[in-house]
Amino acid sequence: MSSPLLALRQLVKNYGGVRALRGVDFDLHPGEVHALLGENGAGKSTLIKIVTGAHAPDGGTITLAGQPVADLTPASARALGIACIYQQPALFPDLTVAENLALRLDSTTAHTRVDWTARRNRATSLLARIGAAISPDTEVSALSMPEQQLVEIACALGSGARIVIMDEPTASLTQKEQHLLYAVVHDLRKNGVGIIYISHRLEEIFALADRVTVLRDGQSVGTHAVGDINEAGLIRLMVGREVAQIYPAAESAPGATVLSLRGLGCTASGVHDVSFDVRAGEIFGLGGLVGAGRTELARILFGLTPADSGQITLTGETLHLRSPQDAVAHGIAYVPEDRRRHGIVLELPIAQNITMAVHRRLFPTTWLRFGAERALALDYIRDLAVKCAGPDAPGSSLSGGNQQKVALSRWLATRPKLLVLDEPTQGVDIGAKSEIHKIIRRLAEEGLAVILISSDLPEVIGMSDRIGVMAHGTLRAILPGGSDPHTVMAAALGTAA
Amino acid sequence: MKRYFRELSVVGALLAVLLGLGLFAPAFFSPQPLLSLVTREAPTLVVACGMACVIITRQIDISVGSMFSVCSVCAGLLVARGWPLALVLPASVGLGALFGAFNGFLVAVLRLPSIVVTLATMVTLRQGLNLIRQGEFVNLPDHVQWFGLTQTAGQLVLVGAALGLLVALAWSMRHLAAGRYLYAVGTDTEAARLAGIRPQLVTLLVFVLIGALTGLGAMMNLAQSPQVQPLTGNGLELKVIAAVVVGGVAISGGRGNLWGAFAGLLLLACVSPALTHLHVEAYWEKAVQGAIILLAVVADGLRSRKIHH
Repeated sequence: MSSPLLALRQLVKNYGGVRALRGVDFDLHPGEVHALLGENGAGKSTLIKIVTGAHAPDGGTITLAGQPVADLTPASARALGIACIYQQPALFPDLTVAENLALRLDSTTAHTRVDWTARRNRATSLLARIGAAISPDTEVSALSMPEQQLVEIACALGSGARIVIMDEPTASLTQKEQHLLYAVVHDLRKNGVGIIYISHRLEEIFALADRVTVLRDGQSVGTHAVGDINEAGLIRLMVGREVAQIYPAAESAPGATVLSLRGLGCTASGVHDVSFDVRAGEIFGLGGLVGAGRTELARILFGLTPADSGQITLTGETLHLRSPQDAVAHGIAYVPEDRRRHGIVLELPIAQNITMAVHRRLFPTTWLRFGAERALALDYIRDLAVKCAGPDAPGSSLSGGNQQKVALSRWLATRPKLLVLDEPTQGVDIGAKSEIHKIIRRLAEEGLAVILISSDLPEVIGMSDRIGVMAHGTLRAILPGGSDPHTVMAAALGTAA
Repeated sequence: MKRYFRELSVVGALLAVLLGLGLFAPAFFSPQPLLSLVTREAPTLVVACGMACVIITRQIDISVGSMFSVCSVCAGLLVARGWPLALVLPASVGLGALFGAFNGFLVAVLRLPSIVVTLATMVTLRQGLNLIRQGEFVNLPDHVQWFGLTQTAGQLVLVGAALGLLVALAWSMRHLAAGRYLYAVGTDTEAARLAGIRPQLVTLLVFVLIGALTGLGAMMNLAQSPQVQPLTGNGLELKVIAAVVVGGVAISGGRGNLWGAFAGLLLLACVSPALTHLHVEAYWEKAVQGAIILLAVVADGLRSRKIHH
């Protein structure tokens, strides 16, 4: 093979205290499709951000066609022939396809006169080259997501990119569009373009890629030619580690069924045919890859996107949840994923954050009683060991783990029957993480039914009494807690390992 | 103390202006002119309270001036027809609330941007009033001005009412759950929704509130003169928004309180008489007010940058 188009050596990147990449090696040759595989949080996005110049690495070298490159910026990366096609295309919705292409491809100044014919012709020829039936005069807002992706690809072609990064390009494509995309990939490869292909679909990797590199915990754990490895081998590389952490175990057997879902679905959010039960005192884990429909399911249970098929039964009562108020009234609590934006209001004091969902119970008379509010807040601060200056300190003064405890307190104060936790330990340091694990287990022991959504595989396996694995908007398998991580990952990838 | 630094600095500026006036123009503090000055600002204060609530919820209502004019004229016509004030007052408040509900419906339910919605109602109400009334004044019966009391007594009633309302609303903002909902919705609508609050209802009601308060303010204005002129509310929206912003209510929502708005209003209201007493040409009034607003906005900008970095 010729010398590599792109060579990454010992790439390191830290975000605050989190080590996102800890020495990654990666090569890409001309005419090669090199797949990048890894669990959520393994470092794939970070790697892309570095290669496209969005983030600067903290260590390691980047070599492009034999030339070492320092200080890569988004503009210089593009000039050097690196193009990235994101899952969510970044186009201007109110401009036409031709205008979007021109904005990216032309280096004009404000007083350059626009040659409309040339613009249209180029757009037409680029679109024709990838076989896309899109008129250059269409406004991008009128295009479907896959069509927008095709425009992005046309753009990459037009810029004469030598390296094209595709981030889960087929995630939202139909079967026919996928084949169109595969044809484009083959065409690019024939022209000597190197492609970094990120996908969770193993069958796609085996069909398209020449080589595959697996990332785990910010390290490259192996690069193989696709002929030399099988699905089971890839899954073994992805999961790899032992479940090292000790998770608090259940001490008592679960009680009566609290929540029961039958054939639950919501067309708007792509969730369909979800059926499972959760019992009092049980932690039901929801595993799966990002985009599998777990948060969407939680939003249905909290009345945010009401279900349009199936049945929700809570302690024997059939519910029609149309708003968060319905859900709260029936004893369902939801601690959302994006803690800093949605879990708590950073500007408000801790006490107000904790009492936000319980005004009616805490203050039966219409006015607020600051004494009662303070007392309740102090109870939870003590109970969950929130490290803070006091109940009047603003939420923004807390660390991530303590913010999460405040978000949790808010919902515990509603005395729920069912607690849905969405990524409760994301971005939380390791000490606070195990504290939160202990709290979750204790809540379950006290008789709460808990649904735990987590992309952290060891966590969902270690914490859960049973694990529901979701993929493509539906429940694929229910596995016992402590299952083999390979089995869970295989179910999440939709293969039978 | 630190938490209310922004409000306290406005109060400090106000005290400095008053001190300066006390030293160089003690005539400013002669009781009758001072009472007249404060009375003129009483209706503005009532509307400013509503505006503070609206801006805290991260909305804006620029139709208050037009609503004020329409309510004033309608109330004036009812009074001229012999309606008792005890009936005209709820009618004016109700009319304002109705306009507010219309704005609120468009903003909260149809999710249109409040600046455009209230711009449309502002223009429509103003031009509609011009069309129907052709700029005609409404002459009021004698017993209406100062509610038939002596001027001083009437002025004291109006100032007392405005201050009473300020205290009541400020107390509610702090001691009722509803007040918290305004801050929560203004900070992050989605976070509020996930906490079980209904942001749409909160938004609708805050527009009804400012409408009702504008109707009340119109009545308080009506009682100050023997006639109603149809342009009476012109420019009120700018005056009120300026007072609220100077008083430390963040235009991006979620921060500030009514006391700050009160201090901001007084500070801006002092500018004109201060210039007169200090023998500066009156043309400087708007420039000085503009400088104060700019200073306040810059202070807020620097403050929020400090928080985010």
